[in-house]
Amino acid sequence: MKHIVIIGNGVSGVTAARHIRKLSDHRVTIISAETKYFFSRTALMYVFMGHMKFENTQPYENWFWKKNRIDLVEGLVEFIDTEGCKVVLRNGTEILFDDLILATGSRPNKFGWPGQDLKGVQGMYSKQDLETLEENAKDCKRAVIVGGGLIGIEMAEMLHSRNIPVTFLVRETSFWNGVLPKEQSEMVNREILENHIDLRLSTNLQEIISDENGRAKAVLTDKGETIECSVVGLTAGVSPNIEFVKSSAIETNRGVLVNEFLETNIKNIYAIGDCAEQHQAIDQRRPIEAVWYTGRMMGETVARTICGNRKAYKPGHWFNSAKFIDIEYQTYGWVWAQPKENESRFYWEDATGKKSILLNYDTKTREFIGINTFGIRLRHERFDAWLNEKASVEKVLVHLKDANFDPEFFKSYEAAIIKKFNQENNTSLKVKAKSWKRIFLNA
Amino acid sequence: MKTVKNIGLLISLLGFIFFTGSVFTGTNKVTQETFNAWSTSQVKSEFFIEKAQREIVGQEMSAFDLSNKIIAIAKASNAHYMEMAEIPWDKIIWLKWNKSSKDFVYPLVRESATGWVVENQLLFFWLTFGLAIFGGVIAFGSEYKILGPAGIKNNGIFQHAATNRGWMGMFAFAYFVGFYVLLYFFPNYLVNPILAVNPVSLGLSGNPASQWFLYGFMYCSVMTVFAIRMFIKYRHNAYQLVRTAVVLFFQVAFAFLIPEILVAFNKPWFDFKNAWPLNYTFFFDWNINTLMNSGNLGLFMLIWGIVLTLIIVPVMVYFYGKRWYCSWVCGCGGLAETLGDPYRQLSDKSLFSWKVERWLIHGVLGFAIFMTALTLYTYFAEIETWRELAFGITAYDVQSSYGFFIGSIFSGVIGTGFYPILGNRVWCRFGCPLAAYMGLVQKFKSRFRITTNGGQCISCGNCSTYCEQGIDVRSYAQKGQNIVRSSCVGCGICSAVCPRGVLKLENGPTENRIDQNPTLLGNDVDLLELIKNNK
Repeated sequence: MKHIVIIGNGVSGVTAARHIRKLSDHRVTIISAETKYFFSRTALMYVFMGHMKFENTQPYENWFWKKNRIDLVEGLVEFIDTEGCKVVLRNGTEILFDDLILATGSRPNKFGWPGQDLKGVQGMYSKQDLETLEENAKDCKRAVIVGGGLIGIEMAEMLHSRNIPVTFLVRETSFWNGVLPKEQSEMVNREILENHIDLRLSTNLQEIISDENGRAKAVLTDKGETIECSVVGLTAGVSPNIEFVKSSAIETNRGVLVNEFLETNIKNIYAIGDCAEQHQAIDQRRPIEAVWYTGRMMGETVARTICGNRKAYKPGHWFNSAKFIDIEYQTYGWVWAQPKENESRFYWEDATGKKSILLNYDTKTREFIGINTFGIRLRHERFDAWLNEKASVEKVLVHLKDANFDPEFFKSYEAAIIKKFNQENNTSLKVKAKSWKRIFLNA
Repeated sequence: MKTVKNIGLLISLLGFIFFTGSVFTGTNKVTQETFNAWSTSQVKSEFFIEKAQREIVGQEMSAFDLSNKIIAIAKASNAHYMEMAEIPWDKIIWLKWNKSSKDFVYPLVRESATGWVVENQLLFFWLTFGLAIFGGVIAFGSEYKILGPAGIKNNGIFQHAATNRGWMGMFAFAYFVGFYVLLYFFPNYLVNPILAVNPVSLGLSGNPASQWFLYGFMYCSVMTVFAIRMFIKYRHNAYQLVRTAVVLFFQVAFAFLIPEILVAFNKPWFDFKNAWPLNYTFFFDWNINTLMNSGNLGLFMLIWGIVLTLIIVPVMVYFYGKRWYCSWVCGCGGLAETLGDPYRQLSDKSLFSWKVERWLIHGVLGFAIFMTALTLYTYFAEIETWRELAFGITAYDVQSSYGFFIGSIFSGVIGTGFYPILGNRVWCRFGCPLAAYMGLVQKFKSRFRITTNGGQCISCGNCSTYCEQGIDVRSYAQKGQNIVRSSCVGCGICSAVCPRGVLKLENGPTENRIDQNPTLLGNDVDLLELIKNNK
């Protein structure tokens, strides 16, 4: 029986712990300085908005850990002794390990802005950030969010839900257009504006101005404008949270460097989730993937390896999802902000301007490469199957009803989508009726 | 718009204040004529009649004093006869706290009521129901603007005193429970509220309003106002719109209008959608006899009731899940989905409460079956219900304890009264025997499931939080498992609140209904290994 120590109780670390317990009888210890019990980080926004209580974000009841013999240690790791196989906590406690998993997640980026450490200036990542925001939001006349990514729009939505006026500074010319295609990025711009969030595109933060008490009172933009505010949200991306690892013998770059088996340069030490950086990016993925799903997959993979079944991290076809205020977004396969040389795309948007799909496919072979969907839910399993079989874009379109995942009675858009495709491509495709057989029995 | 909402709430509150306050107004004056009509049908005790003649007839007093006096005189009368060497049993007045007030006292209090309300029933209707409904519609209507663009707007639910067991929730809880206790056991204190709907009842069936007519009318009004709230809150969600409209229709038409119209035509009061064992009195001797004596229509009702329970219910559950009944047709479900919607997040999601739930609901189902079997046995064996069967217990005892503990206390007082504490489906989740019956079908033989969309779950917990039945939906979704649970009533809110499009209620082939697809969840699993493990 080995003693496996996991640093970090986010989704990666906890998934690893659960699967190790499923597969073996090893002793498992999770160390966390953030909270005692695992919670879903993605749900923190709903606590602030009053949709949920913090307890509701915890996927497992508190008795779960003891019942499954997963020891929880609250503490901050200061140092990893790779020679002595032990971690040293800030309070001096030393914990010996046979295997160590680093699952320390991320922390918000700060780019050396003047005033970035003032009171009222914060990121939105941890439970502590949520508590800070709860304090900061009291008597807040205006908040400024800096950085147009997923956390930025979530933080804007959070503050907006409490009727706090929000100014949203986005460096890019359109929201998240490094990832989203132009049309869909613009759809999000409209959604932000419709919710009366003051969106400032192509605008950078110059400086955060302090009042006499060391509290933020305004921000200065690179356009020379001063915006008075008492809360500044810094949401310009995240970086691996690995400061304490750098003093050890573990090899790091931006993140903890790992091979495809999630192994670091030190035997019996692994890194998973947001803090891991692949030497060699997998498929067309980024070397560091700060995504919920990949964290979970890495946790499951590393558990197999540790339990004697060495497995490479093979995340399969890319998928992701998000919600931009009221517009749900899902993606399957690859859709880039700009099409690659060999790619063509088909875009459809409905009259309300709140629903759209964008299909990416190979111009010559017609192979379906990926889809972005806004406001229409699609079935993961269907797209995974189509990506596996390298289905043509025509096949996907004709069978789109099979992939619809909207609730019953919702308006269906397949006919309108195919009509537009036919017009643009001079084809005469026809929508096929939904087939339970194809959907559920993979016939 | 906030001001408009507050004005609406104020108007509505005013209606409630008039409604509730009327309980404490007006006096009762028992005329000789009223007293005679009442006493000849209710009492045989000369002692009682003589004493009541002196102390009650012609006097003016509050409903409270009158009720107390009647009970006190009855007790004195009983004491008087019990002292006799040979007790004249027919003169003993049978007193029980949960029966006497409604069966014995209420008729006299109802007939002898005097005061402003009695003389201005129609105006009083507008001052109570009129204001409450009008204000409610304004308040909820204004949310069309207040909530902002269509979408899931659960903002502040856990920060509000009404929806997070705060003082407002506690007040609502006390009010609901108080109302149910009066309605079921002490309608003699609700005479003025009942008179508020008297004109409606007279217009509809020609009969004066009873406490049950008041309840039915309130039920429909509350559901209508809160359905408007649902239509606005979920205006982006067609499933919720259709479902709410249908469940409202079934309540108003099938549980309220049709039965009243039947009564107007001298037919038995009958709710065609109310299936046994929820409708636990269906096989009671008096019900069977009433239906048998009501000609072809009565016979049809009897057969319909049996077919409904034995064939329609399970077949429909097979095709659509129990949701077809629980959240599309049923009155209890209808109230839970409208009035109860603001409280859905309060249902407990712990494993412990799931255990309690299974014991309780199946216990009630067992009790209902036992009671009905006993009832049918005595019916066909032609044993009177009051005759002792064993251990000093009669069929009537079993029936009335079911009626009291399950029919009144569990389904009414706790089932609805506890909305603000335990969430909106207390009865449906912990008590309803029909839900238990359909749950068994749904679990073992049904095409219904909530499909989990591959690996898209982020474990946020909105689904579990807003599940009124206390199902930990997330625990399935995050594993990529479909949700097949006997308790799921298919309200569709988990799917609505999911921010990532993970959940879909659907009816599909029964094969692979609960299987998960592991490749989507995590790793590109080795297919050979999968086959080896027979997955």
